[in-house]
Amino acid sequence: MSDDAHLLINLKDLSKVFYTEEVETHALSGINMELKKGEFVSIAGPSGCGKTTLLSILGLLDSPSGGKYVLDNEPVENLTASTRAKIRNQAIGFVFQAFNLIGDLTVYENVELPLTYRGMPGKERKERVQEALERVGMAHRINHYPSQLSGGQQQRVAVARAIVGKPLIVLADEPTGNLDSKNGHAVMSLLKELHDDGATICMVTHDPRYANMAERMIHLFDGQVVSEDEAKKMAEIDEGGFDIA
Amino acid sequence: MPLISLKNLEKSYKTGAGETFVLRRVTMDIESGDFITIMGPSGAGKSTLLSILGMLDGDWSGEFYLLHEAVHSMRPKDRIALNREYIGFVFQQYHLLDDLTVYENLEIPLSYRNVKRKERQAIVADSLDRFQMVGKKDLYPNQLSGGQQQMVAVARAVIAEPKVVLADEPTGSLHTSQGKMIMDLLKTLNDEGTTIIQVTHNEAWAAYGSQVINLQDGWMVS
Repeated sequence: MSDDAHLLINLKDLSKVFYTEEVETHALSGINMELKKGEFVSIAGPSGCGKTTLLSILGLLDSPSGGKYVLDNEPVENLTASTRAKIRNQAIGFVFQAFNLIGDLTVYENVELPLTYRGMPGKERKERVQEALERVGMAHRINHYPSQLSGGQQQRVAVARAIVGKPLIVLADEPTGNLDSKNGHAVMSLLKELHDDGATICMVTHDPRYANMAERMIHLFDGQVVSEDEAKKMAEIDEGGFDIA
Repeated sequence: MPLISLKNLEKSYKTGAGETFVLRRVTMDIESGDFITIMGPSGAGKSTLLSILGMLDGDWSGEFYLLHEAVHSMRPKDRIALNREYIGFVFQQYHLLDDLTVYENLEIPLSYRNVKRKERQAIVADSLDRFQMVGKKDLYPNQLSGGQQQMVAVARAVIAEPKVVLADEPTGSLHTSQGKMIMDLLKTLNDEGTTIIQVTHNEAWAAYGSQVINLQDGWMVS
């Protein structure tokens, strides 16, 4: 198999500009990045550096202002909203900081949602939901509502929802941000296990402990990819360590 | 016949030393078309009571009737069915799905009621019109303000035409002007016949309702 066959995501000179009244904000500029199938990558950087914007574009929730985005050999930067939605539903699983479960749907129904949108037959849906909940150790809670679960359990259900459709990639935006360190660690171990089983994961975090659990770290600063050394230097400057000499 | 009738409803947790009560002998009737506000300090049992009323919590004792239905003797599965038929829920944190558009978020409760696709499209289109959100149907929640997100959440809560809307601090994450917008919306729904039960800390928002129930340490004090 050639290298290309392993390539899942390829970004070339990607940019995102926001316009507010007369101000032009470059949230991302000149982003070049590759992600191979089966990789576990973390995107790190200070708040406001463009991490979440990048994840939104990768997840087809937003489109870039310029540049190329190839997902599984398909250029996706200029698709219509409805085609994007369809690809997103099939190819991408999301895990959000605030779990994003619906409070008046049961655990089972929350996990089933992405499959309902695919129009999958009921029997297959049931098998998939059961499998995903077993995978995250929550199969014994199918009839519970989110408010009856701890934060860590809720996030495990959210992970089940992200993987139930067997997506090409799981995108996680600060998945431990609302959890204490014990539950945060449990959720990270779960992501690590999924990766060991072959899942491709791209995670945004500003917690270095968790960023280091990925195989590879991409550093963002002011909307650009920087090297690890540059990132360190920027962080020092940020902390007030200006070297005037 | 009241829409909801609670008799000596209690909820407690077993703790090391004994039992900690969250709700004590709560007895009340709620009539169809009421706009009830539940108030009280943190930990008084407000959200717990709302969860029980919404059938999201089945672990309590006492009697709970919804019209003719004896909720206290129901199996969890039947409670879920009753929830789908009668209840719409609005949460402080909106509970929208960030990877679904406004349109798709509105469609969720309908897909759980086995409404056919064509009919779903018609109902969602009506709802977008009614809440003046047609122009926002393809946007994602993070492209909306907090007030707009809560408006979508309210629209979603009522899309299957529930008899009762339960709102847990619906303005708790909003600025005053956006909070007022949401409260006006709940008032309109109530004027149109929907029973509303809200939890709030805010006296001004409580004034939108017709009756206030005060909880303290799990007891109804007024």
